[in-house]
Amino acid sequence: MSSSQVQDPTGTADAPFFPMSRKPGCPFDPPPPLREAAASHPVSRVTIWNGSTPWIITGHAEQRALLSDPRVSVNDRLPGFPHWHAGMEQVSTRRAPSVFNTDPPEHTRFRRMMTAPFTFKRVNAMRAVVQEITDDLIDRLLAGPRPADLVEAIALPLPTRMICAIMGVPQADHAAFAAQASVGMKRDVTVQAQVESFRWQHDYLADLVRARAAEPRDDMLSDLAQRVTDGEITVEEAAAMGVGLFVAGHETSANMIALATVALLEHPGQLALLRESDDPGLAATAVEELLRYLGIVHMAQRRIATDDIEIGGQTIRAGEGILIELASANRDPRAFPDPDVLDLRRPAPAHHAFGFGLHQCVGQQLARVELQVVYGTLFRRIPTLSLATTLDAIEFKHDGIAYGVYHLPVTW
Amino acid sequence: MRVAVDQNKCIAAGQCVAANPDVFDQRDSDGVVVLLEAAPDAGQEDGVRRAAAACPALAIQVQG
Repeated sequence: MSSSQVQDPTGTADAPFFPMSRKPGCPFDPPPPLREAAASHPVSRVTIWNGSTPWIITGHAEQRALLSDPRVSVNDRLPGFPHWHAGMEQVSTRRAPSVFNTDPPEHTRFRRMMTAPFTFKRVNAMRAVVQEITDDLIDRLLAGPRPADLVEAIALPLPTRMICAIMGVPQADHAAFAAQASVGMKRDVTVQAQVESFRWQHDYLADLVRARAAEPRDDMLSDLAQRVTDGEITVEEAAAMGVGLFVAGHETSANMIALATVALLEHPGQLALLRESDDPGLAATAVEELLRYLGIVHMAQRRIATDDIEIGGQTIRAGEGILIELASANRDPRAFPDPDVLDLRRPAPAHHAFGFGLHQCVGQQLARVELQVVYGTLFRRIPTLSLATTLDAIEFKHDGIAYGVYHLPVTW
Repeated sequence: MRVAVDQNKCIAAGQCVAANPDVFDQRDSDGVVVLLEAAPDAGQEDGVRRAAAACPALAIQVQG
């Protein structure tokens, strides 16, 4: 037997390639090597697309420590930053500074320009709108032919309509915008396609910001336009914020809606609980548990150390890349008893589905309301909802920055 | 129990309001935390501890 299988997991020579494949037949579980890493060596190394060997953090406690450590940076222009792919590396030098690529104090300034529409109260005040859109989409689904694609019918349009409404993107442009935004979410995207789609989205939003500066409305782009007029930010910075918000705000929720539907249909006992429970709090704990269990952000958040850091018995040196693989921490047995059990009544889940630290998801409260409404409505209104295909015939987004399903044929 | 918040650290994730809306609020202008009750009574303590544990910016300090 080769000794390479038992070498020190922190060595660079035999660092396994990341991303890794999931186990066939286990579409909801992180790849087995990451599961083992989370349990036995939560700070180890992997090899990525450009041949570099950054650290990968799979343990829940270790992620929590590093994600709140000021020596861990998101500045993707620093040499050695472990980019997602070549396209992202190319785009990084052109992206204006924003919440996504700056550290405090710059980050704090940008973050506070984005947070007002996403407070707990503002978002919960929109619950009736989310319910109305959800009911409308379900009406249309039920009036149409069977089988139908749940991704196209509900999962994608709901969050797209919500984030576009908050930002102020005209409804006529939603589909074109969503199509462009999905390009960069694929890990095998060509550099040219990545750059072109980025430019399209950026130019589109920059034009919209200029239009809102001339004629303000009650939406987020008008707020950003006012900041441009006041000289606080540039049009480019406003557009970069808009692109990031849209990308983060629609496809992630869409994946959670569709993938959770598959998971619940595969766990009929849990689905029955969700559908039949009288407990109004159950939809909320169910959402948290599905966020934990599904761990759709599976390509690892990218960071770089700006100083030497001792963590998990290892030393991460200044200038070394760090991959925070959120999905495996959500199955860390040290943080969650029976981590592979989907238990919609699981209490107090401190999951990392939205990340942790200063860059934790800006739109998380919106996502929660969307998912609570959809999970709480879909299976009650369509109690006979079922897959119009088999689990092994579903095409999962193994190549996506966010995991999910491309299409979901359902019937009722 | 005594509670303190650091508005400079706050990133407006809203986790504290979700955990205990009687003790925590968010500013309308940017979502930054506002402390409504620095000495919450015993009935509020669970929610306050959950808020402190969930805060991604470690901006909530609890004593007692």
